[in-house]
Amino acid sequence: MYLIRLKESLSCQSISTYAWGCLRQISTSLKTQDDGSGTNYIDLPGGKVPLTGNLTFIGGPLQGPRIATYRTVDMTGRPVDGAHVPNNLDREISIKIYKTMATLQTMDTLFYEAQRQGRFSFYLTSQGEEATTVGSAAALHPEDIVFAQYREQGVLLWRGYTLAQFSNQLFGNNKDPGKGRQMPIHYGSKELNYHTISSPLATQLPHAVGAAYALKLSGSNAVTVAYFGEGAASEGDAHAAFNFAATLEVPCVFICRNNGYAISTPASEQYRGDGIVARGPMYGISAIRVDGGDVRAMYNAVREARQMAVASCRPVLVEAMSYRSGHHSTSDDSSRYRTTDEMRSWRARDPVARFRYWVQLQDWWSDKEEQAMRVTTRQQVLEAMEEAAKVPKASVSEMFTDVYSGPHLPWNLEEQYANTLKALEESPELKPSDMPIVSQ
Amino acid sequence: MLLQRHGSSAKCMSSRHSRQSLMSSRRGSLSVTRSQKKQIMMWEALREAIDEEMEKDPTVCVMGEDVGHYGGSYKVTFGLYKKYGDMRVLDTPICENGFMGMGIGAAMTGLRPIVEGMNMGFLLLAFNQISNNCGMLHYTSGGQYKTPVVIRGPGGVGRQLGAEHSQRLESYFQSIPGVQLVACSTVANSKALLKSAIRSENPIIFFEHVLLYNIKGDAGGPDVYQSLESAELVREGTDVSIFTYSRMRYVVMQAAQELEKKGYNPEVIDLISLKPFDMDTISKSVRKTRRVIIVEECMKTGGIGASLSAVINESLFNDLDHEVVRLSSQDVPTAYAYELEAATIVQPSQVVEAVERVVGSKLAYV
Repeated sequence: MYLIRLKESLSCQSISTYAWGCLRQISTSLKTQDDGSGTNYIDLPGGKVPLTGNLTFIGGPLQGPRIATYRTVDMTGRPVDGAHVPNNLDREISIKIYKTMATLQTMDTLFYEAQRQGRFSFYLTSQGEEATTVGSAAALHPEDIVFAQYREQGVLLWRGYTLAQFSNQLFGNNKDPGKGRQMPIHYGSKELNYHTISSPLATQLPHAVGAAYALKLSGSNAVTVAYFGEGAASEGDAHAAFNFAATLEVPCVFICRNNGYAISTPASEQYRGDGIVARGPMYGISAIRVDGGDVRAMYNAVREARQMAVASCRPVLVEAMSYRSGHHSTSDDSSRYRTTDEMRSWRARDPVARFRYWVQLQDWWSDKEEQAMRVTTRQQVLEAMEEAAKVPKASVSEMFTDVYSGPHLPWNLEEQYANTLKALEESPELKPSDMPIVSQ
Repeated sequence: MLLQRHGSSAKCMSSRHSRQSLMSSRRGSLSVTRSQKKQIMMWEALREAIDEEMEKDPTVCVMGEDVGHYGGSYKVTFGLYKKYGDMRVLDTPICENGFMGMGIGAAMTGLRPIVEGMNMGFLLLAFNQISNNCGMLHYTSGGQYKTPVVIRGPGGVGRQLGAEHSQRLESYFQSIPGVQLVACSTVANSKALLKSAIRSENPIIFFEHVLLYNIKGDAGGPDVYQSLESAELVREGTDVSIFTYSRMRYVVMQAAQELEKKGYNPEVIDLISLKPFDMDTISKSVRKTRRVIIVEECMKTGGIGASLSAVINESLFNDLDHEVVRLSSQDVPTAYAYELEAATIVQPSQVVEAVERVVGSKLAYV
């Protein structure tokens, strides 16, 4: 590096003359900069870069083979020869995973139907992605902090969120930890290390990086895990989070649920590169593509990713390929933008069925147990909903608390609360009958 | 000289090794001293505030662009990385929404981040994280997650930096539920307020002014804190209540000197807390003088004055003898040219003229 010192008043010509002189002096030494392999290189603040005489562009629209997808069973659930399975799931965990996935399926179906019946305003299912969420959750530790998008109720279910808690949140009653403030499916549980869902996409990714930074500062062995869809990966926050996590070297595992659709936008219209996994190397992040419908593959990939993140304190990216079997949400009818043939073919590759096949192949599960479990689970979900519907809604007095931390309201909120109470006194019909004014 | 970075290949428990820096060797070492009985500049006072709080509490950290080795665009974090390391005074890549989100995630995980916008105006890029997440998450999580962040940076007009570097964001941020807005103005209150902001459980947006960093004054010691919700009485008076904040405090006081000569006796109150307003102090003053002028640097439309004027109108209507007058910046992008920039913001002569108009003519002192 040569510092060029400029005199007070230097004309353009004298600058160029001076620079010319310098360049002629150093041109000989530049020629000899060689890293030993016979290639020249330039030493830059961003690192050493080799030189070439070829005018060649890299990249461009996708051509040639795409990055391969790691899987251990085929689409029916039969194990595939030669697959690398460092952690073969044992009986206990396999049954637990399977039951969680089946509960998730039942819960999703019944909650969806309840919304259709007008019992609450909104729901979205994770049909087709049960293996992605439950399989990955099983590979995490309870102290790992999860930042989810909105389709990861399987993770919460695995961690122990009860059917009652799910129902309470959906009904927005006073037992909901969120105190009825968030719309349905926006769960949050500090106890289970699952951050409250926020609707705008990908905003949770920088949060996950910040939380990972906090873990690093504290010397913890936990990681943060950020779930997001392939559509959300287009958001600016996603790109920022990848770059920050890699540059600042924090233990964050990014799990992308590439389920083929972002509402009606197919993945082919979401990006031009090779999906999300190909972005990893661009940011300096280790990345892998996995069959999101294969529980063992998800479990092993995420377990491996987690170990890498902890051991070398850096982010890792997992792209789980799957298919969103259900509609985007209760506000969507996906038959408007995809064929029933496509949907039917993917139902035939249902991840719950695939895993059930594998578990039954090990002789750990039977049709009889399946039937019994389905009946019981359905009963449990319906009971949880009935109970939740009876619980009073969060009270009016909770409307103004928690805007700020601490017991005191600022004067403007006190005033607005007083006005609200006055309005309710004058027109009691404004308030639903199952909504108390003050918390009991 | 190459900037060398040693990544931590060991487990996360080891901190990042410090970088060699050409810049730090040129500046020499800066010893971190407690506030002594000499006058210091505002940037030093802010720096002391951060240093003292970081020393007391290991969860306090700083993040932003060029806050570490460079020491911040106005030196507010100068040299702190040497004492606290590269991790606690964290230089981030360039993405305001990225590091704002990062600060929020860290806050929800138990840290107390101070997030610096290199210029306040750039924080418009972080608006989504500030409003949807920082402001809202405590509420939407049912109180499970707190976001004790301090969002600070230089803003305001006066260095001929052009439109994008002369933003006043208080008007944009004031509607966000869940955040508090604080504007410092003196060396003393800048330090005491920043310390309180760092200790607060709520997210605080802390407004500093580019032209005030080099003003000199006395700062309090390590145990001096100041209420984030209280206004400051700058000059007691009887004729008119002038509510102002940040650099406009000095513009108003300059006008006050002129007004004193003409026989006027204005009361000047520095709002300090832009959200929520200190209605106790404000209403006490209005009831006394019965006349209000608001002098602000933000734009007229939707500014702090617009909100305050509405509140005063609603709650103190019968205590007023004159409509509330607002002196604000023009609703134009701030031009680079000196005269145009000066014409965009409120000048002392306008304050004098407004007081004369509102109070009426004073009898000559003869």
